[in-house]
Amino acid sequence: MSDFTHGFWPIYISVITVASIVGTWAFLRSQTTRKLAPGEKPELMEHTWDGDLQDLNNPLPRWWLGLFYGTLVFAAAYLLLWPGLGNFAGVLGWTSSGAYEAEVKAAEAKFQPVYARFMKQDIASVAADPEARAIGRNLFLTYCSQCHGSDATGARGFPNLTDHDWLYGGDPDTIVATLTGGRNGIMPALGEVLGPQGTKEVANHVLSLSGRKHDAALAAAGKVKFAENCAACHMPDGTGMQALGAPNLTDKVWLYGGSEATIIETITKGRNGVMPAMTQTLGTTSNKEAKLHLLAAYVYGLSQKQ
Amino acid sequence: MEATTYNYKVVRQFAIMTVVWGIVGMLVGVTLATQLIWPELTYGIEWLSYGRLRPLHTNAVIFAFGGSGLFAVSYYIVQRTCQVRLWAEKLAAFTFWGWMAVIVLAAVTLPLGYTSTKEYAELEWPIDILITLVWVAYALVFFGTIAKRKTKHIYVSNWFFGAYILTIAILHIVNNLELPVTLTKSYSLYAGVQDAMVQWWYGHNAVGFFLTTAFLGMMYYFIPKQAGRPIYSYRLSVVHFWSLNFIYMWAGPHHLQYTALPDWAQSLGMVFSLMLLAPSWGGMMNGIMTLSGAWHKLRTDPILKFLVTALSFYGMSTFEGPMMAIKTVNALSHYTEWTVGHVHSGALGWVAMITIGSMYYLIPRLYGRESMYSTKMIEWHFWLSTIGVVLYIASMWIAGVAQGLMWRAANADGTLTYSFAQVLNTMYPFYGIRLLGGVLFFSGMLMMAWNVWKTVRIGRVVNDAAIPQAVHA
Repeated sequence: MSDFTHGFWPIYISVITVASIVGTWAFLRSQTTRKLAPGEKPELMEHTWDGDLQDLNNPLPRWWLGLFYGTLVFAAAYLLLWPGLGNFAGVLGWTSSGAYEAEVKAAEAKFQPVYARFMKQDIASVAADPEARAIGRNLFLTYCSQCHGSDATGARGFPNLTDHDWLYGGDPDTIVATLTGGRNGIMPALGEVLGPQGTKEVANHVLSLSGRKHDAALAAAGKVKFAENCAACHMPDGTGMQALGAPNLTDKVWLYGGSEATIIETITKGRNGVMPAMTQTLGTTSNKEAKLHLLAAYVYGLSQKQ
Repeated sequence: MEATTYNYKVVRQFAIMTVVWGIVGMLVGVTLATQLIWPELTYGIEWLSYGRLRPLHTNAVIFAFGGSGLFAVSYYIVQRTCQVRLWAEKLAAFTFWGWMAVIVLAAVTLPLGYTSTKEYAELEWPIDILITLVWVAYALVFFGTIAKRKTKHIYVSNWFFGAYILTIAILHIVNNLELPVTLTKSYSLYAGVQDAMVQWWYGHNAVGFFLTTAFLGMMYYFIPKQAGRPIYSYRLSVVHFWSLNFIYMWAGPHHLQYTALPDWAQSLGMVFSLMLLAPSWGGMMNGIMTLSGAWHKLRTDPILKFLVTALSFYGMSTFEGPMMAIKTVNALSHYTEWTVGHVHSGALGWVAMITIGSMYYLIPRLYGRESMYSTKMIEWHFWLSTIGVVLYIASMWIAGVAQGLMWRAANADGTLTYSFAQVLNTMYPFYGIRLLGGVLFFSGMLMMAWNVWKTVRIGRVVNDAAIPQAVHA
């Protein structure tokens, strides 16, 4: 696609650019005066300002002129070789998109053999290979550590990948699916439905599910409301549903926090956890599939150690 | 009846506010440098978060500190070198109060998060309109004074001030064309890469005409005055003035190397940035060579030290700039701390030091004194500033090059060698050195404030500097 909306503009740009370089050259030529003879004093201009401000009129320093001319010559040569003068592509035929594609192609050719070997193995075997783990770790640090942390132990709202607790499942296929398509863990806001008192009751029931300190009376009242509003995803016994990514509420793992106040906040406002689809961040190279494979194996391996 | 004295009132107002805003702007800078090491410094208060304070810092040092300094010296110089009192003094007073209003509005709206998101042009549309009004008034006062001058020729400083006033008007208006949605929100008239190009045409020329051309005007008055020597070359002034202004206008695209900007525009930005080297150095040469025959004064005169060291940093950063515009260098330097170091070698080394030196010349004269209260404190201020700048830029060079190299380092399997967090970890010692440099520079400013306070207190307000009646050729 042309960079220009009309054939006039490339000509306009070229003419102004060339005229500017040539014009600057001519301007410098016109202002070049003879060098002072040894011992000769520069002319003192006749005007005086503010009592004592005056100008000598030394000729332009020769080295300075040389520097200026040098940059003009460089500019002319560069614009001959590289794109710059409107539609003129430059003698070398260089484009930034061409340079990018060439680099990607070279990288693909160079790294394809490294990855090809792992593509033949299943996730579990790749996870056991120390070389693959090293690559996987680097990929993890580049693409995943921003949310899940350099040691993969997660942060508030971002799951710990080193424990055995999985929101969507920790078998190789599910991990690949999670990486490929991303996940969107939505918990709807129930604050308006439940009201402040109802929210508090449900929160206490949730606390009771994992054996945390709670108000038994509130929890008992909350049990019914939980069955009506929460059990569809979290199951009646609160053990969650991996197909939906609905967390198990009976264990000790809390994605956003397990205090009464935080649980009330979660119920009231809901949650919206986003894991981006890695197919969009791993780039467009042919190594993309292999990177995803290695990354999945690394994540799988993290929870296989203990 | 014709006025017999110069108007020093507006000069005095701007000169004092230069010191005040310098301290405020640099205090915000020191806060930001500290936040980069300890992000929890401001307890997560949103109004004091890094993203809100950063534009406040840049606007405060460029437009509040630098701007006040330029208003002060341009009003002083244009009167004295034209041998007439300011034209339209009510308008001049309006420029002072209007500019202060702009700064206060910036200091309120930016922490509150109101921003048009254009770098160095973050202020929203109502403030943009106020800036335009102030600037038109400034142009009327300045060019009006030039028009009624008694001297035949226009002094070189005034060429530079004239160029800066005209171009900043154009740059400000074109870049801030926007569609208001509410009182505090607007959308740029441009979209996509055109918007980026207009923004960096503005952004680079704000550096070019606000921070370079205008401060060269300052240099062309205070260096010959303080050195007591004629300017080295009238011809060099003419040649570098026109070539600097002409070529600067083209250099903006170098901020957009390796982006969606078409290749031809990137190339033009690069070659014209290189062509900018000699015109930039012309000013440095002319200033430094003006000292020939007066070099010995550098040993004893801290004001001259400020002015000449400023020129040295100017020469260094105007060499560094064209080099960083070269595509292959830019591929390494862009988005790294190197850029931050480059900006500060210009902003602290050149702009701040030439302004500080000029204020030390100017302020006693505005308060009827021969010199500042303490010359020894100026000497101290000079060394604090110089060591501060050197620590700042040296740490950012090392940090920036290390950062660039670490980002691009790749393993044999094609993965990146360093994660973002690892690179950040490497930065901490350099962030510490930078903070130290910033604190040194800032403490020099506090010393200046004390020195100015003492000078003002024992001096007396001068409203009656007589205009000489005899007019030179």
